[in-house]
Amino acid sequence: MVESESREAIIPRVLVTKIGLDGHDRGSRIVAAWLRDSGMEVIYTAPWQKIDTVVKLTQEEDVDVLAVSSLATDHLLIPKLMAALREAGYQHVKVVVGGIVPDADEAILLDSGVSRVFHTGSTKEEVVQRISEFAEEARKAPAVVTFD
Amino acid sequence: MTDKRIDNKHKQWQDDYKKMLPDDKVRSNRSDIKIKPLYTPEDWDSNRYMDDLGFPGQGPMTRGIYPTMHRGQTWSQRQLIGLATPELYNARVKQMIAMGANALSMIPCNSVYRGLDVDEVDPILLGTCGVTVNTVDDMARCLDGIPIDKMSIGLNDPIPFTMLAQVLAHAKNLGAPWKKLTGTSNQSDYISHFVANHMFYRIALKGSRRIQMDQIIFLKEHCPGWNPVSIVGQHMQQAGATPAEAMGLTLSTAIQYAKDCVERGLEPDAFLPRFTFFFDISISFFEEIAKFRAGRRVWARLTKERFGAKDPRSSRFKFHCQTSGVDLTRAQPLNNIARVAIQGMAGIFGGCQSMHTDGYDEALSCPTEEAALISVATQNILKDEAGMTDVIDALGGSYYLETLTNQMEEQIEAIIAKIDEAGGMFEAVENGLVQGIIGESALAFQEKVDSGEHKIVGVNAYQIEDDPSLRKTQPWPDPDVMKRQIELFCRFKEERDQTEVQRALEDLVAAARSDDQNVYEKIVQATISKATQGEIISCLREEFGFGHPLVMA
Repeated sequence: MVESESREAIIPRVLVTKIGLDGHDRGSRIVAAWLRDSGMEVIYTAPWQKIDTVVKLTQEEDVDVLAVSSLATDHLLIPKLMAALREAGYQHVKVVVGGIVPDADEAILLDSGVSRVFHTGSTKEEVVQRISEFAEEARKAPAVVTFD
Repeated sequence: MTDKRIDNKHKQWQDDYKKMLPDDKVRSNRSDIKIKPLYTPEDWDSNRYMDDLGFPGQGPMTRGIYPTMHRGQTWSQRQLIGLATPELYNARVKQMIAMGANALSMIPCNSVYRGLDVDEVDPILLGTCGVTVNTVDDMARCLDGIPIDKMSIGLNDPIPFTMLAQVLAHAKNLGAPWKKLTGTSNQSDYISHFVANHMFYRIALKGSRRIQMDQIIFLKEHCPGWNPVSIVGQHMQQAGATPAEAMGLTLSTAIQYAKDCVERGLEPDAFLPRFTFFFDISISFFEEIAKFRAGRRVWARLTKERFGAKDPRSSRFKFHCQTSGVDLTRAQPLNNIARVAIQGMAGIFGGCQSMHTDGYDEALSCPTEEAALISVATQNILKDEAGMTDVIDALGGSYYLETLTNQMEEQIEAIIAKIDEAGGMFEAVENGLVQGIIGESALAFQEKVDSGEHKIVGVNAYQIEDDPSLRKTQPWPDPDVMKRQIELFCRFKEERDQTEVQRALEDLVAAARSDDQNVYEKIVQATISKATQGEIISCLREEFGFGHPLVMA
């Protein structure tokens, strides 16, 4: 474990992904395009990523914000993703979830450390602004990076 | 039109209109067709009646594919049903049948869509979106006490059609002849999965293509009442294609499958009557009706001109439709009941053969029982109270609708020409042309929503403070119930004749490697021998390659 210095806010790096079983990706494609249009660096994956793959990508791609789209119940895996990120030393990375998340589950996700749940109907302005703020916060936080 | 009186009055009206509404803005529909404030015989002339419309069940088929349409027989009310376990599914189906549902549909769990058995998935996800049906035993419990030879069965069963194999195996165990079964493989369109609904895409393109053809040939002989092919425009429209694009791309897909059948030596009139379609119905009311009417006309022409179809059944554009989930909102969720009713009306005026109306809570969770029952009642109200089945193609002859139908037809033809030029649908999806079209349209629509040009009540217009108590959601499956399902599955696997399963899977692999054996026949035999869907799909992925969609963002 090596503690790196606070990094400067340059260009936010966002991983847009889907975990679990569902493949509905209209939302994740639109959000990826929004973020890219606004000047962020977007790393986009196919759906069905495994939790350890997402953690690995978070490390390899030096991600500030992890944006996970869920339309068909895969958000139920998010608390496990949060635990895996913490275990790997990536608690500074901000995680946002977008899609269809029932109210009761939203509370569980926020408790598990998710920064924000974007429901359907969220606007481009709102999504871009909040993610860029989260990226800035993530950059200010002292990053703990693991080198294997 | 040469009628002088019309000309003069038309000019006068145009002047009056401009005076009263000098800053009238251009309006266009989702397919980007400009919509005028008024349509007259100058736009569509009833002298074109026989060329453009004709009569139901004849000629261009614009007005419907059967002479009697909904007046003779209303559409099948085919509500999608998928509850966590076979027992829960069985109970809900029996309830829906008691309420008047006359056809059966089955949605499997997302784990099944991914080709995984219950023991291969994080249990927290099991049964959250559909029924966990992995084996012939699961299917027997799903269909317990339901007369399967008397009900049309719709299976959401992508390639390699393991659910249908389970139904056939179950029928065999009951002694019900396969020739008496009727239904549709609703999710047989692997191209639409490769392009738009990635969850259903299991096996690489070439393998999917082979299995689809083998299934068509197998069913033609053994289960001729089954519709093996349902070409799905719904996924592409839900993923962002405009209504005209979705229709054009779907017809191009149908052309591809028909060509593949011809290449396998089938006569067009032997397979075309069993082609069916499945579309989205957005809330763009007139545009959707025009989409269906134009699609019907293009298909009738295509089957005759391109494939030389002689049997009139080959030219019937039979379609199922589903109200659009994308149009439903999380804000003020009860408003969705109104949206679904309008979408449903467009399906009816469009001349559908079968329909699913969404639950109002689709933007919140999987539908609750209350929402599911309201969506069935919505269809009953449209059918029995509102008088919508009294007249065939009731909006036909409207200057607006006929003009719009012609304009949609032009756009649909343009898309088909573009795909033809690219070498057909198979090549157009392999090189990403289609994915690019859909992606651009999705973004363009979203921009209209963001800018407020396209208004959505409760989202970018007429927002009010929402009452969270309105957001009821379907509870997650009881973990103990799911645990029991996993136990039943494990016991089933333990107690079967392992040598027989092994032999059946080896036969399947041998057929996949051969050029002349029918792979689908071996899938059915393996299912009868108690192989699980996960085992079958895993074998086929090994042989044909894993289904990786071409993802573009």
